[in-house]
Parts: sequence; C-alpha cells; structure tokens
Amino acid sequence: MSSVVGLTRATLAKDLRLEWRSKDAINSMLFFSLLVVVIFSFSFDPTAEESRQIAGGLVWVAFLFAAVVALNQTWAREMRNQVLDAYRVSPAPPNALFLAKVIGNFIFVTVLQALMTPLFIVFYNLRALGPAYQLPIVAVLGTWALVVNGTFFAAMSLRTRSREIMLPLLLFPISIPALLAMVEATGAILTGEFSAKFWIVLLAAYDVVFTIASLFLFGFVLQAE
Amino acid sequence: MTSSSKTLTAPAVVVTNLVKQFGRFAALRGVSAEFAPSRLYAILGDNGAGKTTLLRGLAGLTPPTRGNISMLGTTNLRSVCGQLGYMAHPSLLYDEMSGMENLGYFARLYDVNDKDRRCADVIRAVKLDPSLTRPVGQYSQGMRQRMSLARALLNDPKILLLDEPFSNVDVRSAREMVSLLAGLRDSGKTIFVVTHQASLLEGAADEFVWMEAGQIVSRTPELRPAETRLETR
Repeated sequence: MSSVVGLTRATLAKDLRLEWRSKDAINSMLFFSLLVVVIFSFSFDPTAEESRQIAGGLVWVAFLFAAVVALNQTWAREMRNQVLDAYRVSPAPPNALFLAKVIGNFIFVTVLQALMTPLFIVFYNLRALGPAYQLPIVAVLGTWALVVNGTFFAAMSLRTRSREIMLPLLLFPISIPALLAMVEATGAILTGEFSAKFWIVLLAAYDVVFTIASLFLFGFVLQAE
Repeated sequence: MTSSSKTLTAPAVVVTNLVKQFGRFAALRGVSAEFAPSRLYAILGDNGAGKTTLLRGLAGLTPPTRGNISMLGTTNLRSVCGQLGYMAHPSLLYDEMSGMENLGYFARLYDVNDKDRRCADVIRAVKLDPSLTRPVGQYSQGMRQRMSLARALLNDPKILLLDEPFSNVDVRSAREMVSLLAGLRDSGKTIFVVTHQASLLEGAADEFVWMEAGQIVSRTPELRPAETRLETR
C-alpha cells in the first residue's frame, strides 16, 4: 500500500513538473473554455433568470470538452519516446500510475474551473439562489467523475489510430449519468427551485463505482498491446 | 550436483516454440532456444526478422501468441521484471526532464536504494555528466542513447535487453559502450543486444544469434561464418 502511495506521489510530481514546463494541457483547456464562454455569451443574451436555468449545462459541457483535451495530453506524453513501456517493464503497480494520472488531471481541471468560474459569473450574471455551499461539493464530485472515466478511457484509446476521436466516443456515453447529475445539481443550486441532494448522492455513488472499476481494470488496459 | 551449482548452470532464459502473430503476419514462427547466464548474445538479422519482437517478448511487453518464455527459472515474467533492464529503440525518457530527473523517477519505480548516488553512478558509467541540467530533449541522439542505457542499468538487472543501443552513436562511444557491456557480462549479467552493427561486438559477444523470417537460423561463437553466409546470399 505504501509503495502505491509513494509511487503515486512520485508519478504525480513528475506529471506536474512536465505540465509546468510544457503547459500543454492547461493552455489548450483554457483557450477552449474561454472560447466556449465568449461564443455562448455572444450567441445568447440571457436574462439572469434564464442564465440560472442554462448555466449548469453550459458550464459542465464546457468543462467536459476542455477536460478531453487534457486527458488526451496526459497519455500522449507517455507515448512520446514510448516512455509508457518503461513503466510497463518495471515492477511498479499499474494502479499507482492510474491514480497519479487521475489526481493530476483533477488538479488541471480544478485549476481551469478556478480560472473560468469568475468569467462564467460575469458573462452570465450568475448568483446562486439555493445553498451555494453545495456548489464546491458538486464541482469536486463532478470533476472526479469526468477525470476518472476520462483517464481510463484515454488509456484504452491510447493505441488506437484516431484516439482523439475515440476518447469522446467512449467517454461521453458513459458519462451521461454523471453529467446529468452535475447539470441537475448545479441547476438546483443556482435556481433554488429544488433540492440537489439526490443528484449529489448519485454523483458520489457514480464516483465510487467507476473509481473502483477503473482501478480494478486498469492493469489489463496497461498491459494490453 | 548441488542445488547451488545447478542454479549456476541453469539457463537464464528459455524460449519454447515461441509464436507471435500480428493479425495474419507471424513475426515469430516457433522460436525455441536456451540462453546461458553471464553471456553476451548479439541478435542479428535483416529488418523484419523478428529480433525486436523477440526482445519485447522477453521484456514481457509483447505476450506470445503461443509458446513459453522462462526467465530466471520462472514463466511468470511479471515476478522477475525487477531483474530486467530494457532499452528500446526510442529513448523511453521524458524529453522535458534532465537526465538525473528522469533517472530519479525511474529509480522510484524500481525502489532503488540511495537513488541519487545510483543515478549519478550509472550516468557516469555511460560517460555522461550527472550535473547536466538541460532537458534530455536537447541532448544529441548519441547522448540520448547513452542516457537510455543508463536507465536500463539503473536497477542493476540480472538480464539486460538492448535494442539497437549503438544506433546514431559515434564509433568511439559505441566501443566504450561495448566494453561497458563486456564488463557487465563479466560481472554476471546476461545481455541480449539486437543490432545491425555486429562488427562492434566482435570479440565481446559470446554468441551471435542469427534470425531470419521469425526464426533463429544459426548460433555461432564467431561473427565471421554467419556474416559471410549472409554476404554471399
């Protein structure tokens, strides 16, 4: 167990260092999200009430698409110079690599959210009418749901010829329950019309199930040709 | 025979009827061979002969379609992967990190003790400077090859699998690498070198293993006969 924790930390530190130097993932995610915010704000001119109704969907779809960019980058880095083979021939447990990638992607997407949320608030004139303290909970659970599945399916599509296309094809359908929960919970908090608790619990259950399943299956994905 | 002497003479690697198919193409067609410990094997052959596939199979990266691989007395390659060193044709290094940073990370994967000292030692062993701070991506191809060899040596492996270690390396550096490999062989390591530059290993390799169309076609202690055979075809 301690070796998994130690190797996860070492791999995470390595990934953060690589991202700090290249800024591949964060730059592309930022530009993508920024474009979504600006284009949607020009396309629609919603009132504050309408904004509250649609913001949940808009925010999470923007983060989902932006996360896909980061998810592709995270494994592309391992394919350059076939570095992933160096991990595969080592005695290091596959789960340490997977957890490090998930936590790394979680950090990248969280940084993106921290930077983009003020812009969403300004452009869409948002103010929560429900319990605002639940928003960070939804953000954490929703982001984890995106990155845990995304990291797993990005690894699965790694050796396919058109992995940039393959990842959304695999990820989006399986993320529908999580996405629905995120959108509904965010909408509920912003409008204050109904309780978000059911959706938060659903999101938490989704996270637990898919984290365990991904951890269990990742070894097979890593060792596959 | 005592158990210890039996262990000493037992082959380090045994491959039995190894077949590897990629779709309808058979890269390995029933390779069977035994390789003794503490020897340096040069694996030679034309492009597409199956050399790299055999090496990747031994590394556990390409599971065979049929047949068995036994390393250090076990067919569970995962259980002995900590005793293998693998150098591929690509560098298996992160371009954005320095040599020491790269090796420091890989040392963690192998749980190497006193990792900073070990990393510096293997970097010096391949005639590079551990204090170089520039990223590996800015190294020359030859320096990258040597750093890649340093990575393969990091865990002090019993078996070394090297794919084209001398490609893009100048002759003097390649000869230094060969003498390093000969020294490692003398210290008890079993070394497999896939190369197109067989002459570099003349006098250092214990055996030249010739592959053709996915099979081992000859094993010779000298380079000359097989090389002649190839040249007269």
